[in-house]
Amino acid sequence: MTAQGWILILVFVAILLALTRPVGAWLFALYEGRRTPLHALLGPVERAYYRAAGIDPAKEQGWRAYAVHMLIFNVALLVLTYAVLRAQALLPLNPQGFGGLSPDLAFNTAVSFTTNTNWQSYGGESTLSNLSQMFGLTIHNFLSAATGIALAFAMFRGFARKETKTVGNFYADATRITLYLLLPVCIVYALVLIACGVPQTLDGAIDVTTLEGARQTLALGPVASQEAIKMLGTNGGGFFNANSAHPFENPSAFTNLLQMLSIFVLGFGLTSAFGRAVGDRRQGWAILAAMVLLFLAGTTVAYWQEAAGNPVLHQLGLPGANMEGKEVRFGAAASALFAVVTTAASCGAVNAMHDSFTALGGLVPLFNMQLGEVVIGGVGAGIYGFLLFAILAVFVAGLMVGRTPEYVGKKIEAREVKLAVLAIAVLPLVILGFTALASVTAAGLAGPLNKGAHGFSEILYAFTSAVANNGSAFAGLTANTPFYNGLLGVAMWVGRFFIIVPMLAIAGSLAAKKGVPAGPGSLPTTGPLWVGLLIGIILILGGLTFLPGLALGPIADHLAMIRGQTF
Amino acid sequence: MGKTLTAALRSAIVMALLFALLLGLIYPLVLTGFGQMLFPAQANGSLVVEQGRVIGSTVVGQAFVSERYFRSRPSAAGKGYDGLASSGSNLGPTSAALAERVRADLASYRTSPGSLVPPDLVTASASGLDPDLSPEAAFYQVPRIARVRSLPEPRVRALVEANVRRPLLGEPHVNLLALNRALDRLGPAG
Repeated sequence: MTAQGWILILVFVAILLALTRPVGAWLFALYEGRRTPLHALLGPVERAYYRAAGIDPAKEQGWRAYAVHMLIFNVALLVLTYAVLRAQALLPLNPQGFGGLSPDLAFNTAVSFTTNTNWQSYGGESTLSNLSQMFGLTIHNFLSAATGIALAFAMFRGFARKETKTVGNFYADATRITLYLLLPVCIVYALVLIACGVPQTLDGAIDVTTLEGARQTLALGPVASQEAIKMLGTNGGGFFNANSAHPFENPSAFTNLLQMLSIFVLGFGLTSAFGRAVGDRRQGWAILAAMVLLFLAGTTVAYWQEAAGNPVLHQLGLPGANMEGKEVRFGAAASALFAVVTTAASCGAVNAMHDSFTALGGLVPLFNMQLGEVVIGGVGAGIYGFLLFAILAVFVAGLMVGRTPEYVGKKIEAREVKLAVLAIAVLPLVILGFTALASVTAAGLAGPLNKGAHGFSEILYAFTSAVANNGSAFAGLTANTPFYNGLLGVAMWVGRFFIIVPMLAIAGSLAAKKGVPAGPGSLPTTGPLWVGLLIGIILILGGLTFLPGLALGPIADHLAMIRGQTF
Repeated sequence: MGKTLTAALRSAIVMALLFALLLGLIYPLVLTGFGQMLFPAQANGSLVVEQGRVIGSTVVGQAFVSERYFRSRPSAAGKGYDGLASSGSNLGPTSAALAERVRADLASYRTSPGSLVPPDLVTASASGLDPDLSPEAAFYQVPRIARVRSLPEPRVRALVEANVRRPLLGEPHVNLLALNRALDRLGPAG
């Protein structure tokens, strides 16, 4: 590890902490439906959309109606993308003349982008036309992110409102988030990326005669416009197969820093917006503190392991950091940091190949996802997932010390705890169930590239990534088969919507409750004790559930690695 | 219920189509327009043109395998530096195939049994299109380049030094295409 590496990590966190309050204030304005300076420009678009679709944005919805509208909207987008991918060969803006996608691949990809996972069973530059990238995928990058933040708003309202039946209007939330936050930021952000060397053209590819006289064809396309929202919306689906490791997606240390910042910035801001919504900003800072501590712990382990390098290669006389699967311009520090950021935040973009990380360096991204993507988390999904853990934490604390389970002025009762457990149980059920299935079937075992414990890690990583809606991969796994496309597609759908529905039910149930003022019997939910309790609950739940799986995969791999054993 | 559901479906479909139009067509096309107008070189791939021929991109790496050039890192993109198939090797830390590949590459580079090869020189990058080498990996090749091109070593070393970039908050690196073009311009000894 170098001083420069640590400076990068600390500067990164410092910039985000400085952005938390202003971004939180902006998000809170959208949460409240207040007018922003951008309304002068985009207000007419918003109103025209509502009028055309017959939506009354002032009409509030109960949690069930909110859930139904959200689901129908997402299914409509899913169908649209499936159709575009299947019919790709017949549609315009296809300079390389790619054919349509197979049914299982189109299904997998459409689910993948609808659920904000952006798992890539396809290689972008060799499979998708420019139209598919823009019209099929970029729209999801915006709208799955907007859906996530809208759902977080509904959850905030559950805590903030008293004795009401409603949690907001889904279309009003999603439209405002898209028009007054995601779209304007992305326009500026994408222009900066272009200036730094990210292509933005409708041409497909260009032929090059290299200095040595060989022929090389470079894939091009409208990369920057997709790259911007891919990061800001914690989507992670790259234009190219190699994602943000590809020099056209991420040409320099500067763009790399921007990309990492844009993965986290809305997640940081949402904790501040939550504090504002419940009328006590310290509540937001307490959540952020727990998240940042978990994040720094993960970063330390990953950076330490990647900088220390691979003993198997050291034995061959190649000392130094683990550079297999890493770009020189990023090195060990920025690669490890990016890996932790992208898996903490449910983004799934990668600037290095996680499959080639050292065993424990690869364990950190895997474990981040298994914790439920609540360390900052995906936009919206991170904070509502985290609030589920907060509900469990006050419940457990209540059992331990006999305090009334309350959180931010709401009494937590059996119904909320049951629903929270139901939502959290989705993760281990699907991850472990599907991993087990793939580990004993011929179709599943045909997937892994690597042998030994690492091969098992590839399978475990795939299903973890799908259920957690992350989208990064131990990419050696051959996943573009009907078996994996189908199973991973189901895992992504369940991992998204089977958590959202109980979460919205909690929001509805909380909104209907009376407020309870904090008394001497309430557990304070702002100090270090609370932060420690939150971290403990998250680690114990994640640890107990997944430790056996991790022991079979990365931990066994680590023990082999330090002995210099290969497979 | 039937009526509300129909209305909800209609809202969903109209909103999906309107947003698809805005985010899937207008947004990327407007950006393409602005990008092409404001930053045409970058927007089209930062291409390097020499005597009317496109010889590469300043951003993306290309294969250098000859003795006469500073060699590029191993690449898992297609058959090597394939611009249509970016990829890493995805070999894990305990992969026998990885150990074997590194062993062979080390043997081809090592000038003396004790010399330490910089790690990036014999490891495949994440994209398979890494445009750079670490300064150490470039300096390591100086004696061979000097010998093959009959140039004094200090001159070649100075050339590498002049091409090292040290970005703020980033890793020092050398762009191989820039370095090798400069090497070609260096001309014969003298």
